[in-house]
Amino acid sequence: MDKVADPKSYTAKDFASDQEVRWCPGCGDYSILNQVKKILPEIGVARENIVFISGIGCSSRFPYYTETYGMHSIHGRATAIASGLKAANPKLDVWIITGDGDALSIGGNHLIHLLRRNFNVNILLFNNEIYGLTKGQYSPTSPIGKISASTPQGSLDYPFNPLMLALGAEGTFVARSIDTNPTHLRETLLQAHNHHGASFVEIYQNCNVFNDGCFAPFSDKGIKEDHVVMLEEGKPLVFGADLNKGVTLDGFKPKIIELSNGHTPEECWIHDPTDRIKATILTQFFEYSAEPGALPRPFGLFYQEERYSYEDHMEDQLKQADDKNGAGDLDALLSGPNPWQVA
Amino acid sequence: MKATSPNEAVIFFAGDSGDGIQLTGGQFSETVEIFGNDISTFPNFPAEIRAPKGTLFGVSGFQLKLGSVKVFTPGDQYDVLVAMNAAALKTNLHQLKKGGVIIANTSGFDKKNLTLAKYENGTNPLEDHSLDNYDVHDFDVTKMTQDALVDTGMDRKEIERCKNMFVLGFVYWMFNQDLKYTINFLTDKFKSKPELADANIKVLKAGHNFADTSETFTSRFSIKPAQLPKGHYRNVNGNQAVALALVAASKKSGLGLFYGSYPITPASNILHQLSRYKNYGVKTYQAEDEIAAICSAIGASFAGNLGATASSGPGIALKGEAMGLAMILELPLVIVNVQRGGPSTGLPTKTEQADLLQALYGRNGEAPLPVFAPATPKDCFKITFMACKIALEHMTPVMILTDGYIANGSEPWQYPESKDLAEIKPPLIKERQSDDHFLPYQRDKNLVRKWAIPGIAGLEHRIGGLEKEIDTGNVSYDPDNHEQMIKIRAEKVEKVAEVFPDQTYEQGSEKSKLLVIGWGSTYGAIESAIISLKEDGHDIAHVHLRMIHPLPSNLGEILRHFEQIIVPEMNNGQLVMVLRNKFLLPIKSVTKIKGVPFTVQEIKEAILNQLRHG
Repeated sequence: MDKVADPKSYTAKDFASDQEVRWCPGCGDYSILNQVKKILPEIGVARENIVFISGIGCSSRFPYYTETYGMHSIHGRATAIASGLKAANPKLDVWIITGDGDALSIGGNHLIHLLRRNFNVNILLFNNEIYGLTKGQYSPTSPIGKISASTPQGSLDYPFNPLMLALGAEGTFVARSIDTNPTHLRETLLQAHNHHGASFVEIYQNCNVFNDGCFAPFSDKGIKEDHVVMLEEGKPLVFGADLNKGVTLDGFKPKIIELSNGHTPEECWIHDPTDRIKATILTQFFEYSAEPGALPRPFGLFYQEERYSYEDHMEDQLKQADDKNGAGDLDALLSGPNPWQVA
Repeated sequence: MKATSPNEAVIFFAGDSGDGIQLTGGQFSETVEIFGNDISTFPNFPAEIRAPKGTLFGVSGFQLKLGSVKVFTPGDQYDVLVAMNAAALKTNLHQLKKGGVIIANTSGFDKKNLTLAKYENGTNPLEDHSLDNYDVHDFDVTKMTQDALVDTGMDRKEIERCKNMFVLGFVYWMFNQDLKYTINFLTDKFKSKPELADANIKVLKAGHNFADTSETFTSRFSIKPAQLPKGHYRNVNGNQAVALALVAASKKSGLGLFYGSYPITPASNILHQLSRYKNYGVKTYQAEDEIAAICSAIGASFAGNLGATASSGPGIALKGEAMGLAMILELPLVIVNVQRGGPSTGLPTKTEQADLLQALYGRNGEAPLPVFAPATPKDCFKITFMACKIALEHMTPVMILTDGYIANGSEPWQYPESKDLAEIKPPLIKERQSDDHFLPYQRDKNLVRKWAIPGIAGLEHRIGGLEKEIDTGNVSYDPDNHEQMIKIRAEKVEKVAEVFPDQTYEQGSEKSKLLVIGWGSTYGAIESAIISLKEDGHDIAHVHLRMIHPLPSNLGEILRHFEQIIVPEMNNGQLVMVLRNKFLLPIKSVTKIKGVPFTVQEIKEAILNQLRHG
């Protein structure tokens, strides 16, 4: 272990633990780990105040690889453990590392409750639409009909739309990024960290062993241009190889317009991440994208709102109780209000 | 008028769930305690919040024994039965002593109530001479309450709510007790509505005066104060004592208390109580489910708090996996199981001791943890405090098994002063001690690892549910390492026996004819039975286990002195299985699985039966 460093002088290397990284060669997780290690020196938090909590799955090995405090816990429960950790010590910078099975299947309940409580933590959901660690069963984000180890004739489950779920659970920061776009991923992670409240980032992550190429339409050059729209605050929703397409709203229904046909970017939908209704529509671009010529998949920050966090409220209540009743005296507590004496 | 001065008496208040029976019983308990009696109480209520009025299954009861001598149980049979309606009489009459006193509210014995209570053809037991062997005092409580409040302008419903005070006033007179305590209580309770305080006090006095002037009244109890050791006392029930011990352990260790919980009967009161102690720095967290409750406590423990959770059987089943995690992480954690009747949802408001094997073995893999069992309501404080100390100083989750009986039952408690409580010294590292890599699973002579909490520079480390390499805590799949770690963790728990007080006899000695081994809430019934048998010339020993894993170091030695050993427990024979397995002795099992505690008589018979038939 190197010397205790001043937060300002950290480099990515200061966040590498001495453990050998053991993901499959070519796994998208490597890229995410690298980007996280790159932004950690930028966030200005001392290393000892950072905690990574994970559940079970390939992604959940993550904490072993960062030179911070960390816990690799049990399947689905990282969110519940992180909630107690953050409530106990609000000063800690808490990151939850989870996957589509961990967060949305076995841990679905804890995820939605953490979001509504709005603990000030960062949730990185590595979505690869498959169970990797258990060797290739379909996951809650796999498309219907997915042929997998457990579904030889195709899965019957209708998939979750993670961002819609996060919004529905009253999430205050909802974003999407992808392992193959490190610049965008870094920016998104930084934004997530800077948000006060529960930041939910869905990261498309390629599992090159059990589900290779499932996000190819959004990652491969020459294809992605027609399938990806980058969300930027105050900017129009334009996409396509020459940015020749845009999205408008016809009532509540999104529509694609050809910008070469006399339409201008100004006519397009201007992104406003504080607009909850529009954010909801954006998350539903998901539903349409299976069809040819369909709406592009949005990446970036969908929605953000400022809302008091659970642990802030908790600290306030403790302080109020202290102000009202004075710091608790153990002897008064033990005697209770009605003691008596036997002489 | 006949005044009797027995050493002890049992009174049972019974009525509809909405009749204020628990409050009435609670007030009576505290009044006689302050007077100086020793007491033991047993509230017994239905699972339904407001079961349909007048029904047999809707009867709520509060049992109380008070004595001028030491009181161990709420009693087998009642001297006085207060029946607010026909159903209350029907369901409890069989436990009233022959010749016992019945106080009945006649307005609860109208045609509708009699039908609901399933009295054949609506025959009124107060009128058909079936109660001739009892001392019956029946009067219209409802009407007299209304008469007392006629000028107040209160509506019928509000007046109806005061009628329990009439009965309480009546009973106070009967037991020669002062109204003062309850008057103060009412004044304080209705501080913001003084008109309600006045009305309740008026009715309380009316009941007292009615008893005083009522010509029909023949028996009155005059129970002298008990000879309790000098000192300061308060009333406490088991759940309260657990909550107080958690706060006390937090203060004595200098750590914050984090209590993550999910509501479940009969454990919820611990959450209610702790949520009022925010000025003691207590953080309570009502989680989304049982799993999140324990996981949040684990997260808080990782952050350096005293993490605690409580539940009852089915909730504990859900927490099992997380307990295993805490165990392999070797983080302190306190898990309280307020046992109730099982399996599954079972009997939520009834008592049982059937989660012992779950506590000992209910986790995957080799995952032993210390298991403690308080014997009485006040013992819940001592044992919980000790369990917290062991959890924190030995870096292990611990389980405390109480049950619905001692959780809700109360007794006088000679509470300690904070300065007399043991110090708690968790193995925290405050700062980095060398330039070497911090080894989170390096151990001291008790095999306890150090506790480095997030926020300390240079001690960054990762822990997890995967098997760990000795000392470093790095993930390890090495076969020898795994076996060694399993044994180290087990030995660490075994070593807790070295710091736990040696087992002593509650009654008798190694020379006694027979040994009764008990655990948990059977304590009172066993003690009473043995004391009573002693008066008949029988020398019986009683050993009551407060720690079931590891077992006290000297238990084997004690057991070897006896040819006859019996283990009464409220399950199908769980502790007996553990003891037979460990000591290979022919220990006999006595079981009761009816959702209610053993009576003293049942224990006496079990002992006599064993003495007779061997």
